[in-house]
Amino acid sequence: MRFSFGNLLRQARAGHTGWGPQWRDAEPKAAYDVVIIGAGGHGLATAYYLAAEHGICNIAVLEKSWLGGGNTGRNTTIIRSNYLCEESEALYEHAMKLWETLSDTLNYNVMYSPRGVLMLAHNEHDIRSLKRHIHANRLAGIDNEWLTAAQAQAFCPILNIDADLRYPVLGAALQHRGGVARHDAVAWGYARAASELGVDIIQNCEVTAIRRGTDGAVEAVETSRGRIAAKKIGVVAAGHTSVVMAMAGLRMPLESFPLQALVSEPVKPVMPCVVMSNAIHAYMSQSDKGELVIGAGTDAYVSYAQAGGLHIATHTLEAICELFPVTRRLKMLRNWGGIVDVTPDRSPIIGLTPVPGLFVNCGWGTGGFKATPGSGHVFAATLAHGVPHPIAAPFTLDRFRTGRLIDEAAAAAVSH
Amino acid sequence: MLLIPCPYCEEPRPEIEFRYGGEAHIARSADPTGLSDAALADYLYFRSNPKGWHYERWQHQSGCGRFFNAVRHTVTDRIIGTYKAGEPKPDLALYRVRAGS
Repeated sequence: MRFSFGNLLRQARAGHTGWGPQWRDAEPKAAYDVVIIGAGGHGLATAYYLAAEHGICNIAVLEKSWLGGGNTGRNTTIIRSNYLCEESEALYEHAMKLWETLSDTLNYNVMYSPRGVLMLAHNEHDIRSLKRHIHANRLAGIDNEWLTAAQAQAFCPILNIDADLRYPVLGAALQHRGGVARHDAVAWGYARAASELGVDIIQNCEVTAIRRGTDGAVEAVETSRGRIAAKKIGVVAAGHTSVVMAMAGLRMPLESFPLQALVSEPVKPVMPCVVMSNAIHAYMSQSDKGELVIGAGTDAYVSYAQAGGLHIATHTLEAICELFPVTRRLKMLRNWGGIVDVTPDRSPIIGLTPVPGLFVNCGWGTGGFKATPGSGHVFAATLAHGVPHPIAAPFTLDRFRTGRLIDEAAAAAVSH
Repeated sequence: MLLIPCPYCEEPRPEIEFRYGGEAHIARSADPTGLSDAALADYLYFRSNPKGWHYERWQHQSGCGRFFNAVRHTVTDRIIGTYKAGEPKPDLALYRVRAGS
């Protein structure tokens, strides 16, 4: 059922008893044209765009646990496109443009809120680096502007700009169109829209093997719910990509780390924007529930434990307390970790693999949420046509062999 | 935070004294110029990234300063053993028998 004012009135009169489930919890069929491994935001977006824009509706999205329960439900929901390299600017700006109309496209309120993303500079190097980004972004037609410390504080009044801080705020880069969206709603909205177009979303269905034919091409996946034949397979498994790709005999240029986040107890609105600081490693925004959403760092070592060391979170909270003294008496309600797959150049891998019929969309590292619509959109085109979408073309797996790396290490919000 | 037994200091020390050095036993080719692009890419960038036992390098940066290798499980973070740099990759089965797991 579409969400509309008319339907809302009708349901209100009927006591809201007529709203059905938002997507079908499908049973697996024997065969599909496309099987997507991973029902997170990127996988569901891929399925949606395959069905909506490429007319391929015989799709299964396989999820080993529940929909959106991995990194889609674990990130800090920040959206921005102020990247440094031209390839990344094109990719993330593509996503940004899709975010702006996503709620209308999906007929689902993803609560995209372009409230502004402020990135702080604490030393001369930060100032030059952020200004370089601003100039690069301006050349690409992406909004990003320089603020003095006083202007930054005017934009975010709880920001501490005292000169005697250990790491004083010397200025900031502001992307006005950056902001946040409701992460769960993104997964639900894509799931609902894809399901309406006939896509099967199959939860609790873990892929245990990838079967290949005599010609080497993919034939089927073995899952905890039986064998499913597939003409094409798209792996969108985030932190578990190496594990899934190993089933097809492929090694990946990836390492998986737990990335942590925390939320405070809910408070009245105090935080009008997103503030990030790469140098002292803290970032914060406020959810609509009132919780302060705080992003911490990754553990130093490869791990699949969805937790992370306490000293990592402590380090971030020390920085938060210094930058935002108003938070010092807040209690943290929850902290958790998500497993992020990090590439050597901190840019994603979107495209074909040496195995015919096997496609991969991975390596989003610590910043995949913001790319969700764009990632799904270009990966769907890549899957449908068997050749990379022009925006995805630089992000091949082969770039690690050719040396055409896209070095976004400096642009990442989280130090690696 | 991990407690890591340094094989040189011979006692468990907290993780913050150490620096992680990535996957262990990735040998640099004796003839790097003779490597194909694919082999060089594999050496530089491709990693096994297993969900399970992982052989990895650590440096006891704030202690003895020396490099060593550890065998750690990437889901439980349990360290089943450490050994000095240059020593051969130990057989996982032996460790597991000794540790009773």
